[in-house]
Amino acid sequence: MSTSPALHLDDIARAFGGVQALSGVSLSVPAGCIYGLIGPNGAGKTTLFNVVTGFVAADRGRCLLHGLPITGLSVHEVTARGLARTFQNIRLFGEMTALENVMVGLHRQGRAGVLASVLRTAAARREQAGFVERAMALLDRVGAGAQASRRAGTLAYGLQRRVEIARALATGPRVLALDEPAAGMNASETDGLRELIASLRNDGLTVLLIEHDMRLVMGLCDRVAVLDRGRLIAEGPPAAVRTDPAVIEAYLGHAPVGEGH
Amino acid sequence: MRDPRRLRLVGLALGLLALLLAPFLVDALLGRAWVRVLDLVLLYAMLALGLNIVVGYAGLLDLGFVAFFAVGAYLYALCASPHFGLHLPFWLLLPAAALLAAGVGVLLGAPTLRLRGDYLAIVTLGFGEIIRIFLNNLNAPVNLTNGPQGITMIRPIEIAGVSMARPVELAGLTVPSLHLYYYLFLGFAALALVVSSRLEDSRIGRAWIAIREDEVAARACGVNTRDLKLLAFALGASFGGVAGALYASFQGFVSPESFGLTESVMILCMVVLGGMGHVRGVVLGAALLVALPEALRYTGPLQRALLGSVYIEPSDLRLLLFGLALVLVARWRPAGLWPSPVRRRELAERHAPGGPESAQ
Amino acid sequence: MLGSIYALVALGYTMVYGILGLINFAHGEVVMVGALVAITAIGVLGPATGLPGPLLLLVALGVSVLACMLLGALLERVAYRPLREAPRLTALITAIGMSIVIQNLAMLAWGRQYLSFPALLPNEPMILLGATVTGTQLIIVALTALAMVVLMGLVNRTRLGRAMRATAQSPALASLMGVNVDRIVVVTFLVGSALAALAGVMVAGYYGQAHYHMGFMLGLKAFTAAVLGGIGNIPGAMVGGLALGVIESLGAGYIGALTGGFLGSHYQDVFAFAVLVLVLVFRPSGLLGERVADRA
Repeated sequence: MSTSPALHLDDIARAFGGVQALSGVSLSVPAGCIYGLIGPNGAGKTTLFNVVTGFVAADRGRCLLHGLPITGLSVHEVTARGLARTFQNIRLFGEMTALENVMVGLHRQGRAGVLASVLRTAAARREQAGFVERAMALLDRVGAGAQASRRAGTLAYGLQRRVEIARALATGPRVLALDEPAAGMNASETDGLRELIASLRNDGLTVLLIEHDMRLVMGLCDRVAVLDRGRLIAEGPPAAVRTDPAVIEAYLGHAPVGEGH
Repeated sequence: MRDPRRLRLVGLALGLLALLLAPFLVDALLGRAWVRVLDLVLLYAMLALGLNIVVGYAGLLDLGFVAFFAVGAYLYALCASPHFGLHLPFWLLLPAAALLAAGVGVLLGAPTLRLRGDYLAIVTLGFGEIIRIFLNNLNAPVNLTNGPQGITMIRPIEIAGVSMARPVELAGLTVPSLHLYYYLFLGFAALALVVSSRLEDSRIGRAWIAIREDEVAARACGVNTRDLKLLAFALGASFGGVAGALYASFQGFVSPESFGLTESVMILCMVVLGGMGHVRGVVLGAALLVALPEALRYTGPLQRALLGSVYIEPSDLRLLLFGLALVLVARWRPAGLWPSPVRRRELAERHAPGGPESAQ
Repeated sequence: MLGSIYALVALGYTMVYGILGLINFAHGEVVMVGALVAITAIGVLGPATGLPGPLLLLVALGVSVLACMLLGALLERVAYRPLREAPRLTALITAIGMSIVIQNLAMLAWGRQYLSFPALLPNEPMILLGATVTGTQLIIVALTALAMVVLMGLVNRTRLGRAMRATAQSPALASLMGVNVDRIVVVTFLVGSALAALAGVMVAGYYGQAHYHMGFMLGLKAFTAAVLGGIGNIPGAMVGGLALGVIESLGAGYIGALTGGFLGSHYQDVFAFAVLVLVLVFRPSGLLGERVADRA
């Protein structure tokens, strides 16, 4: 198991109407690294995310998570196999507290059914207490513990991001996919995020990161893949990718490297 | 530490006492007709709590909820009346009504729940009407439902050989039939309340609310949204089925007329008006909306006194007010008249709640 | 016959859905109001002006169209606009509430009884291409066809139509391009309501009667037609309406034979619903297009 990559994509293709959003993308994400996925707007990054996490079906190609196929599985099954994600535009359950949001992430790890919940059996109570404790620990882990009982919709932007990450971590992932986590963050929030992501890797998690903030990507990622118009045009360590002529060419058509978007 | 708790206990005991004495008080002060209203409040509270699971928790708009009520009522009516000459006991029929209604809910929900909410609304709306059409017409060529005439002489519930349809002498106290039904319905409504509120604060309930808030995100959390939506649908339907069976026994008579769109809308009103997803609000909604038509009766004499004659039949106002209530509440108080407070978890309190909103 | 009426009503559902993503439950009630207003207009204007039948009908239709457009615009402005950013469930509940309110106001205004729609057109059956048709039927079909041609022209050929299509694609983008989205939405409601009035007058003429409760089933069936054709799709609504009309009349005619006499023609209303469920299950994008299953 440890020899297979955390995530292996093989010839993934997907078209929307006449637009080929992804045309045969293959890449391997080694376990335990932070893997950046960059590219100009409309390059197909989010589509790739959606295909990998099961939100969008691929027209072609397959996808292995730690050597096991996850192509064609529905979203919750992909999550159950250890791939969790966050969303470009944060999607918390606004009316629930931060703690409850994270407890939803723990859903799969519980077993209490209707009867057990209604009867409040000892097992159900134990499970509930365990959920609260673990959710609390996860909120502490991402630095949002103080806001546990606040309604998620009322939290500041940066905190919402952290709660969303805690919620994704609650599903017990081996690979965590973050879709533009720094978007809309100010410099200090971004710095905090950088530390958080780095610490997740130190815990042994593989992180897949879509990001426009080049400083964050280049400073944080162990490897970077560059998509342009649905194709993989470069892949490798940040330093190599940064000087790759194809990448410079792709970005010159849109925006210069290092400027974000 | 002990005092507030004792106070709470005293309050609880007083509340319980008030609930137990309510039919006698109402009977003495307002008359027997209002005891009947009280019975119906409890029955509708049960229905509304069932729909609340579907609409309030899981966020699925079901406009044909009365269909499940009808299923339960007709099951009971057919199996405990001279229509087929069947007289099955109620302790068998109640669970059967719950199961049958849940089964029908799954049958209806399985193909439609993967669609967007609006489609579910339309399909359930149509389904409610279809059930009524079938009840109306399944009297020929084989007489299953006795058509528009409905089924009469339904046997009242009997507990330990004591029929609920006749007054009971208890320690020199005469307990009329309506009072007996009150206690029966009180028990079931309390059960529905406990089941609902315990589910709300459970792994299942949180998953439902997550689906209501953001289905896509719920799936990304590993929640099997399809199964959980079906579960909500089936469970809500089973509440409706039980309430239907109780209703059939209570009325002694069922006909398709009692299961129209009006009823579905009324139950929805109770949920929305009271406070979607908040059990106490829903019960309040049921009480308000059952009592409303009774209160509207007084507008007849009022119109005569003020305007000389009755211009608008009080019964005609009922639906209009329901509709208006839906629109106004949706616009101005989307959380209902009695919204659910943001619940604070005991354990969360160990961190100072509402601390400074840092990292900004 | 009924098919073309369903098609007209379905257009209203589909247009509003296309632009707002909202099922306007109250649309069926607009049809009902259209029918009842026309009956009142005929009752008042007929004796007062002594106009000949067809002309009177035309005037009544005009009154009814105006009344419905007013109602549609009011509906949009008062009920739906304040909720455009609100959760779906809230908007849906409002739509249902408005539907009930309109229905019951109509009941207060016109009463519970069936109102008869006078026969203003020559109704002797005639033979046309081997089929027996009445003048009313011919006019229904002709008017429907005309309304659709006008609508297609409006949507596909005019600036307004282009703005409508842009808004349907993306309201945010359309407003960036200088489209006044509020105005487009109102126009959509106006057009849909005008078609609903037309349909209301037709359905009342067809059955020779109308009542406050007629909007509900008609609305449900027209919505089915819209889904059958592919909701949000204008030609789809037309095709869906016609197809549903055919399915329904064939179904009602043959149901007895199909079930060995077990089910009779009073199950006609069940057909629309069965079609709706089948379409949603097997081909949610409808005959002509647009997916309705939840997007990721």
